[in-house]
Amino acid sequence: MIEMIKVSKWFGAYQALHEVDLSVARGEKVVVCGPSGSGKSTLIRLVNRLEAHQSGRVVVDGVELDDNPQNVDKVRREVGMVFQSFNLFPHLTVLQNLTLAPIWVQRVPRREAEATAREFLARVRIPEQADKYPSQLSGGQQQRVAIARALCMRPKLMLFDEPTSALDPEMIKEVLDVMVELAREGMTMMVVTHEMGFARTVADRVVFMDGGRIVEAAPPAQFFGAPKSDRAKLFLSQILGH
Amino acid sequence: MKWLRENLFSGWVSSLATLCLLFLAWKALAAFVDWAFLDAVWRADPQACRAKAGACWGLITEKHRFILFGTYPYEEHWRPALASVVLVGLWVFSAIRRFWRSWLALVWLGGLCVIGALMWGGVFGMPYVENERWGGLILTLLLASFGVTFAFPLGILLALGRRSELPVLRGLCVGYIELIRGVPLISLLFMASVMLPLFLPSGMTIDKLLRAQIAMIMFAAAYLAEVVRGGLQAIPKGQYDAAHALALPFWRRTYLIILPQALRIAVPALVNTFIGFFKDTSLVLIIGLFDLLSTIKISLTEPAWSGYGVEAYLFASVVYFVFCFAMSRYSRSFEHQR
Repeated sequence: MIEMIKVSKWFGAYQALHEVDLSVARGEKVVVCGPSGSGKSTLIRLVNRLEAHQSGRVVVDGVELDDNPQNVDKVRREVGMVFQSFNLFPHLTVLQNLTLAPIWVQRVPRREAEATAREFLARVRIPEQADKYPSQLSGGQQQRVAIARALCMRPKLMLFDEPTSALDPEMIKEVLDVMVELAREGMTMMVVTHEMGFARTVADRVVFMDGGRIVEAAPPAQFFGAPKSDRAKLFLSQILGH
Repeated sequence: MKWLRENLFSGWVSSLATLCLLFLAWKALAAFVDWAFLDAVWRADPQACRAKAGACWGLITEKHRFILFGTYPYEEHWRPALASVVLVGLWVFSAIRRFWRSWLALVWLGGLCVIGALMWGGVFGMPYVENERWGGLILTLLLASFGVTFAFPLGILLALGRRSELPVLRGLCVGYIELIRGVPLISLLFMASVMLPLFLPSGMTIDKLLRAQIAMIMFAAAYLAEVVRGGLQAIPKGQYDAAHALALPFWRRTYLIILPQALRIAVPALVNTFIGFFKDTSLVLIIGLFDLLSTIKISLTEPAWSGYGVEAYLFASVVYFVFCFAMSRYSRSFEHQR
């Protein structure tokens, strides 16, 4: 589903990614973790070209991401993304947030788009909030709207960039529950997160990054049980140690 | 009472200051009332005005038709009057959110046709009046309305162009904005009225009013572009990320996501620019168009009435103030809406 081959990325003189190789199979759930500044957000943002890589190849569902805007467009239509800061459109209601892209990108008739939107709102357990504005919702509710918004495009792949990092602790679970459910339904998922409980239950593979490189990639049992690298051990002791 | 004691008489210094200011305010107000009402002459009689010290409102009584309608034929004054009412009506109508539908464009088209027919005439038995003779309030309103209507979209395009990733487009927009902003409106108007005809092929002329209008549109667009850019810069990057991730193409992203938010942020600055622009229309007097302020100037050149500029300009101020204050109040109500 995702194929990254020797991908490098610079921000000016700073190299954020060093020849990263990663492949994600259809239906696979990959959790990416690592200390801040390790390049994990950059990595996930390459997948729908919110950032452009400078060398190497990124192929998503058979389409190579390059300077051709048509390819980029094709990939973005099939990849949903959820952000740390929700990024809902504040001037639109929840329902309008959900139906915008289906109506204007996929040309779905409004009535049909709204029916789909209400269906997904029910799936993320907030069907009653359809006519509110994002600012009227709690953080957890907003993030669930953001998940529903991405799902309304019927993506083949979902990207989550630290979806719970901006949430109050009591709201993290409601978002993770939705994500676990999505994983159970067989969605291909790439998730940048520090929620190790989520990684344990859902991930097929945990990818540990540091300094713009993938240091370790292993099934969760192996990664948490017997991390190979010292940096991964240090990282795990830091986030699990308290 | 408590408020008074706490804010105005909290100590002997502040009490003294309050009393002094009250005294001054009272003197100024009394002097104004004396001048404007008690000693004022209301008849259109210059002799009577010279005899008294107060305001000479007779000037306004006598000249208001000329001030409001300029050199438009006297017996046809009802036409610019009605046109002004229609134009103001169109704006008031458009200010109501409930009517923000696509048919509003048709209403405007119809309204402008009515205004055109009224002003030019030549139909329905109304004699033809060439636009050289248009003047006064309707000219101010028309220049401002058309100016804003064309300058606003142009300004938005310039602002978007200035933030474009295409270097040529960006360079052109930056160049245009800096060039126009760096030049006073007066010189632009002069250029439009004097220089532009030199560049046109011989035999081709553009109407003076149209030339002034184009200059004003170009000028306002440059300013509005910077105001809109300010709004655009206030949009968090996450909004672009989300729009990109949903595969929204450029124009839809701009129209559906970015502009609605950017323009709302820019409302106070936009209205500020609109108000400034409305008053700037008075500068067309220097190229020989008779807007509201020019007609006053001409009225005062008549020997009998010279020296009563204060009354005339006060009248103009009231007219301008009514329009500008309406814009300001409307924008306030708009900021509080969702």
